[in-house]
Amino acid sequence: MFNATAPEMKRDVSAAAGLTPKRIRQIILEQSKRANVGHIGSCLCVVEIICALYTKVLRISTPSDPDRDRFILSKGHAALALYAALALKGHITVEDLASFCGESTFLGVHPEYQVAGVDFATGSLGHGLSLAAGAALAARMQRSTRRIFCLISDAECNEGSVWEAAMFSSHHRLQNLTVVVDVNGQQALGLTREVLDISNLAERWRSFGWQATEVDGHSLDQLSEILNAEASVAGAPRVVLARTVFGRGVSFMVAGKALTQTHLTDQPINWHYLPMSDEEYRIAMAELEAAD
Amino acid sequence: MRQAFVNALCGLAAADERILLLTGDLGFMAFERFRESFAARFLNVGVAEQNLIGVATGMAEAGFLPYAYSIATFAALRPFEFIRNGPVLHRLPVRIVGMGMGFEYGHAGPSHYALEDIGVLRTLPGLRVIIPADSAQAYTAISQTYDLPGPTYYSLGKDDRATVHDLDGRFELGRVETVRPGTDLAIVSMGSITTEAVAAADELQRLGINAAVAVVSSFNPDPIKDLAELAASVPHVISVEAQTLSGGLAAMLGLVISSHNLPCRLWPLAVRTSPDGRSGSQQDCWRRHKLDRTSIVDLSLSVLGKPLR
Repeated sequence: MFNATAPEMKRDVSAAAGLTPKRIRQIILEQSKRANVGHIGSCLCVVEIICALYTKVLRISTPSDPDRDRFILSKGHAALALYAALALKGHITVEDLASFCGESTFLGVHPEYQVAGVDFATGSLGHGLSLAAGAALAARMQRSTRRIFCLISDAECNEGSVWEAAMFSSHHRLQNLTVVVDVNGQQALGLTREVLDISNLAERWRSFGWQATEVDGHSLDQLSEILNAEASVAGAPRVVLARTVFGRGVSFMVAGKALTQTHLTDQPINWHYLPMSDEEYRIAMAELEAAD
Repeated sequence: MRQAFVNALCGLAAADERILLLTGDLGFMAFERFRESFAARFLNVGVAEQNLIGVATGMAEAGFLPYAYSIATFAALRPFEFIRNGPVLHRLPVRIVGMGMGFEYGHAGPSHYALEDIGVLRTLPGLRVIIPADSAQAYTAISQTYDLPGPTYYSLGKDDRATVHDLDGRFELGRVETVRPGTDLAIVSMGSITTEAVAAADELQRLGINAAVAVVSSFNPDPIKDLAELAASVPHVISVEAQTLSGGLAAMLGLVISSHNLPCRLWPLAVRTSPDGRSGSQQDCWRRHKLDRTSIVDLSLSVLGKPLR
C-alpha cells in the first residue's frame, strides 16, 4: 500500500543555522509587541522544545513530503513559537511572519494547516493527540518510518479526549508516537495543582501504558536525546514530561510582574494574557540580548 | 440501510485500498463481512467518539479514506467539535456514518433519537450531508460519493427492508428526486420517514387530491433550484422530517420559498417538543409527534379546506 519507502536520513538543518532559543524568543517578543497580543509566557516556555524538534529531531525534507515526520502543536496558543521556527527554517518568509495577527492573515494566534510546515490546525485543547494517534497508525499501516510528535500542555490533560487518545495509542502500540507535555504548572485561571491536581502526571501516563520520562524542558541536550531515543519499552508510545518555566527568558514574566499595570497581583499567569507595554518590551529585549 | 452501507463499502474497499472502516464499538451483525474481508482495514476504536473522529482525521491526512461509524447521536453530536475542527477545517475526506435516523431506535429512548444531527451538521458548509430515504438510494449515494474531496456525513436508517416506491435507487447530489407528481400540494420529505409521505400521497390520491412527493437527500450542496421550481408549482408545501423544526428540511424550505418570493405556503411537520421521557416504536413516536401518514393526510385536507375524514 502506497509508495512509502522512507530514505534513511531526511533531516534538514540547512536553513537552521539561526534557529536558536534566543532568536526564537526575540521573534516571539518582536511579533507579540508589534501585534499587541498576549500568550507570551506560553510561547516562551516551549522555546527549547520547539528548537530541539526543529534542529535535532524532525526529519522534514519539504513540508509537503508525505513521508516527513509530523509535528502537532496541540497547545495551539503557542503558535508564535512555531512560526518563529518555521521562519528560521525558511518554510515561511519574514513577510509571512510580519503578518502575524494582521488582517486576512493565515498566521493567527493558533496555527492553520494552510501555513507551510503546519501539519494540522489546532487551537481547541484536547484535539491534537487523537490526530497524532491517527497519523501514527496511518504511518505504520503505510510501512513508513516517519515519526509523529505532539506537544500538549499539562492543563490540556484536563480534557477527557486526551485520555481517549492515550488509551488508543498504547493499545495499538504506537511506538512511532511521542508526546511532549509542557509541564509549566500554569493554567488560565490558576496553578494546575489548584485547578485540577495532576501532579502525579508520570504515574498517570504510565498507568495508561505509556513510557514516561521527565526532563528539563529547557535543556536542548536532554530534549534532543530523549526525543531521538529508540523506545525502550517495546511497543509503548512515549511521553516526555518537560518541566518548563512559564515566561522563561524574561525575568519579570517569570515573576509574574506586570510592570506597567501595577494594580495586578504578581502571578505568572498575567503573561498568559497581557501584551507588553513599550517599557516592558524594552526591558525584555534587553534581558534577552544580555543572556548567553 | 445498514446492509446497503456494508454492501456498498465492501464493493468499494475491494477496489480501493484507501478505504478504512472505523467504528466506535458498534456494528454487531453488520460489519462481520467487512472485517473478514479486510481485517487490516477494520478498526474498532472503542467507546470513544471524539477519538474516533480525531483518529480518522489523522489517517485521512495520510491519504486514507476512513469511514467512522456509530449511532447517529454519538457519531454526530458527541464529537461535533472534532468534526468541525478536524475533517471540515482541514478539508479531509473523512466519511462519518450515523446510524438510526430520527426515531429508529424507538425503544432505546430519547438518548438514541437522532433529531438534531442533520440540523447541527448542515451548519458546516464544508460538510456534505447525505440522508438516503431507503436502502437502494443509500447504496447509490454511498457508491457515487465515496471519493469526492472533503468530508461527508451520512445519516442512515437502520431498516434494511423499507422501500420508497418509485425512488428506484435514484440519487443525485444537490438534487431532489420526485417520486409522485402532483399539483394540489407538494409533500417534501427527508430520510426514512419518506415511506409515510408516500403512503399519505397514495391515500390523498384515493380522496381525489394530487399530492406531489419529493425527496431531499442532501445538504451542502442544498437542492435549492429543484425546491424553488417545485414550490413555484404548488400553493402548499408540507415538509416531513424526523428532525427538530429549527434545523433541517423545514428551515431550508422556508429560506427557499421566502428568498424566491414564491406565493406558496409552507406547513412544516417536524419535532417541536423536548423529550418528555416517553419512548415506543418508531411508528408510535411518529404518531405522537404527528409525523405519521395520518397526520400528513389530515394536514393536507385541512390546508386545502377539505373536510377531515
